[in-house]
Amino acid sequence: MQYMLLIYGNEAGMASAPKEAVTQMNAAYMAYTQAMMTAGVLKAGDRLRPSSDATTVRVNDGKNQVLDGPYADTKEQLGGYYMIEVPDLDAALSWAARCPGANFGTIEVRPIWPMSM
Amino acid sequence: MGSPGDQQARDAAEDIARRSYGKLVAYLSARTRDVAGAEDALADAFAAALTDWRQNGIPDNPEAWLMAVARRRAIDAARRQRTGVAAEDRIRLMIEELEATAAEPMDIPDQRLALMFACAHPAIEPSIRAPLILQTILGFDAATIASAFLVAPATMGQRLSRAKGKIQQAGVPFRVPDRHDLRERLDAVLAAIYAAFAEGWSDPAGSEARRRNLAEEGIWLGRLVVSLMPDEPEALGLLALMLHAEARRGARRNAEGDYVPLAEQDPAAWDDGLIDEAETLLHSASRMDDVGRYQLEAAVQSAHGARRLTGAADWAAIEMLYDALLAMTGSPVVAINRAVAIAEMRGPAAGLAALDALADDARLAEYQPYWAARAGLLARTGETEAAGAAYERAIGLESDPAVRRFLQKEKKARE
Repeated sequence: MQYMLLIYGNEAGMASAPKEAVTQMNAAYMAYTQAMMTAGVLKAGDRLRPSSDATTVRVNDGKNQVLDGPYADTKEQLGGYYMIEVPDLDAALSWAARCPGANFGTIEVRPIWPMSM
Repeated sequence: MGSPGDQQARDAAEDIARRSYGKLVAYLSARTRDVAGAEDALADAFAAALTDWRQNGIPDNPEAWLMAVARRRAIDAARRQRTGVAAEDRIRLMIEELEATAAEPMDIPDQRLALMFACAHPAIEPSIRAPLILQTILGFDAATIASAFLVAPATMGQRLSRAKGKIQQAGVPFRVPDRHDLRERLDAVLAAIYAAFAEGWSDPAGSEARRRNLAEEGIWLGRLVVSLMPDEPEALGLLALMLHAEARRGARRNAEGDYVPLAEQDPAAWDDGLIDEAETLLHSASRMDDVGRYQLEAAVQSAHGARRLTGAADWAAIEMLYDALLAMTGSPVVAINRAVAIAEMRGPAAGLAALDALADDARLAEYQPYWAARAGLLARTGETEAAGAAYERAIGLESDPAVRRFLQKEKKARE
């Protein structure tokens, strides 16, 4: 099954973290991503620019409404994602637990709803 | 209606339903994870069995017969409901399995344990795990479970189907977890079984047949887990605990239907057979040298049961066991029982001091046993007025009329 690991964390905390901690975090993400590739489970994954760079769009009565900022103001923000292919939820959860972000924020594990074509 | 053939077919179907319902659900859903679909298919198969077996007699291997019909129904349902490549793959898988089953009438592998682990998975909300196991392994309908757990039937039905949806859609695995996850996951399975048992046991008068049955079903599930995991000491511990409690079910009421506290029960009214079985289990568990919550709780019951042989409960052992349980669980309920044991060992004032240490726990303000224990100890230290007030709190919080009457009598006797 395919799962999306959504990485939520406190952007403000990350932005004010000492340089050393940021370097260490980046190295941890590199190793984690590499481990997923070696295991052959990684489908996709990226880091996202902070939510201050987000723009939201909705169409109301045929009129585009474009707003600066993220969809919801929350304490923790979506900061990145991985898409993985693993046999079951336990395997997905064990990858989620290894994500460096799990120590600072929250990893939401969502099964992909396959499109039927 | 009611020809002998009818009755025979119905009895056979019911017997198989009881013995192998969970086995069939587990096997049918193990690969697709579609528990609800497996249950629907089986319901159809059982209905078909009633008609067919009445005419043609009971087949040699009724389980395999039911399995084949259920599989065909499941395939039909899958064809009706689903389209797309993924669905075709699934249907092909099901057909292959059906053909494999038909080719060699085999003993259906027992995957109930895997199903129980799926039902008690951490991704499943804790309070629905016991109902889910009762439904999938024992075939209880939502209304019966709702009645036992004092929940509206429609609510229970929705929560059960949401949980089954989660198992399927989120890919909750059907398997016994790896070694490093096993203890925690097994705890969840055992907790669900114990919750089912406790729901049944909490109806001592046996006024509601549905609730009373849950205690027996809990024991049945406990036996099942022990038979499938004979080397797990906590599984043995839980079964020993339930058997000890069950052995005293009848002794909890006197001939007038009044509540009899454990200390005043006549050991002759306890079921020796169940106690002996519990003791044997506990002994085997202790040899595995891996102590846990259920073994400790069963050992407490065993120490109470010592009265059967020596005339007195082993309070020194009980206090020690509650010390260990408190360290392990931090549960305020354990702490209350520990305070009572301390009072037995070192007098009511020492027991009260242990209870006072809990007074800050807001959860206890509405917990009847806390006030009843407090009342009893205050009465023994001669603080009559405070005892009366504590009895009043306990009486106001009790829902069982027999226990309420007992507390009222105690209050009066100590005034």
